[in-house]
Amino acid sequence: MDIHEYQAKEILAGYGVKIAEGGLAYSPEDAVQRTREIGGNVWAVKAQIHSGARGKAGGVKICFSHEEVEAAADGMLGKRMVTHQTGPAGKVCSRLYIEAGTDIAKELYFSFLVDRAHERIVMVGSAEGGMEIEDLAENNPDAINKIHIDPAVGLLDFQARKMAFALGLEASQISHAVKFIRGCYCAMRELDANMLEINPLVVTQSGELIALDAKMGFDDNALFRRQKVAELRDKTQEDSREMAAADRGLSYVGLDGDIGCMINGAGLAMATMDMIKLAGGEPANFLDVGGGASPERTEKAFRLVLADEGVKAMLVNIFAGINRCDWIAQGVVHAVKKIDMQIPLIVRLSGTNVEEGRKIIAESGLPIITATTLAEAAEKAVQARNEQVAKEGAA
Amino acid sequence: MAILINKDTRMIVQGFTGKIGSFHAQDMINYGSNVVGGITPGKGGQTHLGLPVFNTVKKSVEQVGAEASIIFVPPAFAADSIMEAADAGIKYCVAITDGIPTQDMMKVKQYLRKFPIEERMVLTGPNCAGTISPGKAMLGIMPGHIYKAGEVGIVGRSGTLGYEAADQMKELGIGISTSVGIGGDPINGSSHRDILEKFEQDDETRVVVMIGEIGGSQEIEAGVFAKENMSKPVVAYIAGLTAPKGRRMGHAGAIISEAGEGAAEKVEMLLDLGVTIAPNPSSMGETVAKVLEKL
Repeated sequence: MDIHEYQAKEILAGYGVKIAEGGLAYSPEDAVQRTREIGGNVWAVKAQIHSGARGKAGGVKICFSHEEVEAAADGMLGKRMVTHQTGPAGKVCSRLYIEAGTDIAKELYFSFLVDRAHERIVMVGSAEGGMEIEDLAENNPDAINKIHIDPAVGLLDFQARKMAFALGLEASQISHAVKFIRGCYCAMRELDANMLEINPLVVTQSGELIALDAKMGFDDNALFRRQKVAELRDKTQEDSREMAAADRGLSYVGLDGDIGCMINGAGLAMATMDMIKLAGGEPANFLDVGGGASPERTEKAFRLVLADEGVKAMLVNIFAGINRCDWIAQGVVHAVKKIDMQIPLIVRLSGTNVEEGRKIIAESGLPIITATTLAEAAEKAVQARNEQVAKEGAA
Repeated sequence: MAILINKDTRMIVQGFTGKIGSFHAQDMINYGSNVVGGITPGKGGQTHLGLPVFNTVKKSVEQVGAEASIIFVPPAFAADSIMEAADAGIKYCVAITDGIPTQDMMKVKQYLRKFPIEERMVLTGPNCAGTISPGKAMLGIMPGHIYKAGEVGIVGRSGTLGYEAADQMKELGIGISTSVGIGGDPINGSSHRDILEKFEQDDETRVVVMIGEIGGSQEIEAGVFAKENMSKPVVAYIAGLTAPKGRRMGHAGAIISEAGEGAAEKVEMLLDLGVTIAPNPSSMGETVAKVLEKL
């Protein structure tokens, strides 16, 4: 789960990490009001969307008057911003963070991440700030410093010092840096974050260390024990279909194609999508219905897939292990009858009680296309999709 | 021989008396696994499914000689159960539980490293379907009947995709020595590489099928191991060709966050390492058949 910059900063401030003075605004008037409260004569107006690289999408503006703040806020609120992290659909900005301007002497990169290969939290830092870490990794990998944290003993002060020196900080700044790094680490550990990125970490003209931007992501598996974090969820930043699916206990990811999918198991779902692609089609979604697909659950899954109006054909691929093909078949027949499907449906069943399952589909009298192998199912789905597109084009 | 579990392996079930634990324990018993009891703290001394219930794993090791365990404990307590098994001297543990926090798994892995390697418990999972040595024993939740006994080892992240592979091979008359699910989480007990190493040492296994997916770099480490240390051929399929970057595809670990974690990139690197690639998920069986013919 991701949160907004202002939320991450509030969390970090609670851990002793220094941030610039700022406030949240929902309207241009709010924004000007925050500007007055903050004081000074330079402010940053920052769009709060769940994405990095907001600057390039017009989501960060430096302003020198209340009028400029108002105009910047007006331009950002309600706007759909597209970055390489949001995908082509972009994300709508409905909150702004107004922050006091910072006189930057130096920009650094700093983060804590989960290193899967080392099975540890890794601290990453670079004196080359302001750039995205992916670009830095590609262009100047030697400028990246990594220090792994032993989960049994946690972050040690010498590791924080080592990083501070690697970042090129001066002797007088080291103790502040250690406090800053320790604060970030504690937030990461205590709140079950899986990433915490300060980019840029700024050294001001007066030598202070400030988190100028802050991004935090949390382990979904740990939200059950982090109620306060779970409350920070902003559903407007997430795909509404994915949220609806999650509420029903289904795992769904919307994609750009037009062949809808319902599959049991994440691996088989990805494999089926691949098979569709190899057969010349494009999947409209990833959907794992899980192990115990009851008729109710199957119906919900069907509704979810068909809610995407661009779907031209639907493919069901079930390998029954714990559940049984005859139950799945009953659920499919029930769902098709209830929903009154207008597009072709291809069903491939395999595993436990497969013969009984196929019999139920065959005897249902419904125009369901059946397949025995994965390859056959994908080919038939693409063919049915093409026929449907031609039919709709002719109509 | 098979790897990890055999006909005689003495198994216990942690989370034995719960609904899911009971269901699968019975299924394992029906398959012929040597289940010798289970653990539910507070219910020690009772009998469940005709077998003794213990309060602690240690007691089951002392009293019925438990060697392997399977975990059906809810996510909040599962890491603790894994470490309890390791401490009690269990040799092999399968964690079925889906949803264990990542930092809990870091702690588990660090805890396991405390033990000298020859005494260290082998863990597979979490978030997996378990392990089966067809015709011998099952320590998992898979449909046992789809596996034919034979000479091909399977290691995979996904449960149902593993079933798909076993089923394709069965259609072609090819059997399985052992199938091991390593799970779909970002941090897991054993890696593809760890399991390849075991298959390499197993007399009954002639070919290994590795079923990988997007996210992380385990498949590549396994490919490097296969190239440098294995005499047996490895066939691989990598799921997620169509998965977009930065989106989690069901499994907690199935997310492309860095360069090299996509399916096409992994396939390319594995080909360079001499691994035979099944070009699509429908061809896993026939690809193995071709490799077997050449042996």
